[in-house]
Amino acid sequence: MAFEGLADRLQSTMQKIRGKGKVTESDVKEMMREVRLALLYADVNLKVVKSFIKKVSERAVGQEVMKSLTPGQQVIKVVKEELTELMGGEQSKIAVASKPPTVIMMVGLQGAGKTTTTGKLANLLRKKYNRKPLLVAADIYRPAAINQLQTLGKQIDMPVFSLGDKVSPVEIATKAIEQAKADHHDYVLIDTAGRLHIDENLMDELKSVKENVKPDEIFLVVDAMTGQDAVNVADSFNEQLGITGVVLTKLDGDTRGGAALSIRAVTNQPIKFIGLGEKMDALETFHPERMASRILGMGDVLTLIEKAQANVDEEKARELEKKMRTSSITLDDFLEQLSQVKNMGPLDELLKMMPGANKMKGLNNLQIDDKQIAHVEAIIKSMTKKEKEDPDIINASRRRRIAKGSGRPVQEVNRLLKQFEEMKKMMKQMTNMQKKGKKKGGFKLPFM
Amino acid sequence: MGFFDKLKEKLTKQTDTVTEKFKDGLTKTRQSFAGKVNDLVARYRKVDEDFFEELEEILIQADVGFDTVLELVDELKMEVKKRKIQDSSEVKEVIMEKLVDIYEGESDDLSQLNVQENDLTVILFVGVNGVGKTTTIGKLAYKFKQEGKKVMLAAGDTFRAGAIEQLEVWGDRAGVEVIKQSEGSDPAAVMFDALQAARSRNVDVLLCDTAGRLQNKVNLMKELEKVKRVIEREVPGAPHEVLLVLDATTGQNAMIQAKQFKEATDVTGIVLTKLDGTAKGGIVIAIRKELNIPVKFVGLGEKMDDLQEFNLEQYVYGLFAGLNEEAEG
Repeated sequence: MAFEGLADRLQSTMQKIRGKGKVTESDVKEMMREVRLALLYADVNLKVVKSFIKKVSERAVGQEVMKSLTPGQQVIKVVKEELTELMGGEQSKIAVASKPPTVIMMVGLQGAGKTTTTGKLANLLRKKYNRKPLLVAADIYRPAAINQLQTLGKQIDMPVFSLGDKVSPVEIATKAIEQAKADHHDYVLIDTAGRLHIDENLMDELKSVKENVKPDEIFLVVDAMTGQDAVNVADSFNEQLGITGVVLTKLDGDTRGGAALSIRAVTNQPIKFIGLGEKMDALETFHPERMASRILGMGDVLTLIEKAQANVDEEKARELEKKMRTSSITLDDFLEQLSQVKNMGPLDELLKMMPGANKMKGLNNLQIDDKQIAHVEAIIKSMTKKEKEDPDIINASRRRRIAKGSGRPVQEVNRLLKQFEEMKKMMKQMTNMQKKGKKKGGFKLPFM
Repeated sequence: MGFFDKLKEKLTKQTDTVTEKFKDGLTKTRQSFAGKVNDLVARYRKVDEDFFEELEEILIQADVGFDTVLELVDELKMEVKKRKIQDSSEVKEVIMEKLVDIYEGESDDLSQLNVQENDLTVILFVGVNGVGKTTTIGKLAYKFKQEGKKVMLAAGDTFRAGAIEQLEVWGDRAGVEVIKQSEGSDPAAVMFDALQAARSRNVDVLLCDTAGRLQNKVNLMKELEKVKRVIEREVPGAPHEVLLVLDATTGQNAMIQAKQFKEATDVTGIVLTKLDGTAKGGIVIAIRKELNIPVKFVGLGEKMDDLQEFNLEQYVYGLFAGLNEEAEG
């Protein structure tokens, strides 16, 4: 499928240009066409793409790119800078009312993830800011929506205010705030029913909730997979309610998330948080630059480095690198490394962040199951110390014992041993290459 | 009579409220296809590059997908050359024809469901989070019930908070039985129970709900495979349909969804939901073309009878309706 990133696309355009010695205006135009395509594939709205391209073209033609020795890279740089700028700064701050409680209204289309996000946000407020939020179940339309919020409330041990589904959302919200004051809650999160932006009655209902409770924040919750229509939705919600921020959900999927750009462009409101899973702690701060990379399919090195920094013990890493270079790595080291990588988060997430990983043969379709890692762990842990240090001594009967001990089939034990052997060989080659090459190689994870 | 006139006539002839509903849903921000194309035609007397570029943009903004759009426009250009069409008003027929061509391919009558006569029909619903699986099941249950069938629902979403209750409410509304276990139980076990119950109670149609899952979650996709395996094992020939529920607001990612879910569960059809908004879900044309999965139903609202069989001509008609006027912007 034609879903490769912008970098790859520009590469092929550059190949045509190379050898001509000079980049002409029409070359820039051709490159811009690739940029346009990349953005459209990422679901950025066509109109947003157009005005964006115009801006980038101006900069590109204005010497910056044409004079550069590496115009392709220069274009990417300009595109990324403009994208990042367009998406605004990092603004994950949540308003604080001068007189508590601070009221936050969650709005959006059906199925965007409002209820789940409400739960996550409450969790974040308590965990990170030490707040005491009250959840309000104001979705009286969708069957069992109240029940859903109550269940989430139980999961995170947070009170949920509900008057059932026979009372108007305005009344629910108003009474909830009274309740919050009485119980000294400093935040009130109102979960409203999903609705179409063109449904006048339901939009009017939101307006009157807004008028009555005077929220400090109105967050529009948007599914990151949204296509061209994102502009209509965001524009309409913003115009009618005046949103103060956006939460982008389901970004743990494999969508490029171009909707982020569209929404930002039409509402001019910051994207504050992103949802990355169904667990209650899967809500993170939005980083414009990382989102820009993602939209362009360029990997997210920053997050990767950050995760590595937070979870990998540097000293151990250095030690391991030395061992790798001398090929004296043992299964114990392997296990150690495995657990460090595991700390960094789900493996497929990590892989996605690596620039070019989607291009590497075999890696693009690689699905890494975190359970498999648990299995590997079990197998290695079922070995004796001696076996781990010198896997060569593991004969058939030892293999059977290890398999039994770990509860995995013998074939899997065999596979692991073989992979480990190959990895060692590969490392040898790599260190040889590095010795010949100019650069002193950094720390590489063996199975990446 | 031209193709477009025929289409219009066909639409006006269709007696009942179905068409109305469809049109209602598709033209909430009403501007008819005729208006849209006429607009295009009015601005471009001649069928030239600019004309095609704008057509391209209309289709892209309906989420049809770039590759499909390019292919369509290329074919159109050839056709226009072949038929020596110069006047832009003549081209609109060809546009519709080509779109229908691309979608239908060799076969027609794609929206038919594989329903067993006098035997249990099992339909499995799959899709990502928040697309409207449970709601669709509720509506379809009502539809089958209206047709005089004995319907049963299986609450296979044991993961999301409130999902079982949500299905139960729909079961009550439609007046059909729901087989469930507690939250957190094994969905495959729920299916097993439901299949046994459906058999022993002589049910005609069993509709199986599953938890929403993003297609890149390996474990969850494996779980879905297992659910399907259990159904296959218990009822030979089942599931008779595996319906992927797609949100019309979804962009290009829908193609990946279709691909992955097809791989895991051999999807036989699509239910395109939330078509009553301003989104068009044009990606289904590309999905049909690349993966050969047809749309079977469209969701047009939250009420019980807001589920309609897919009608290609009506859909294509709607693709052009209500698109932003300033496409040249």
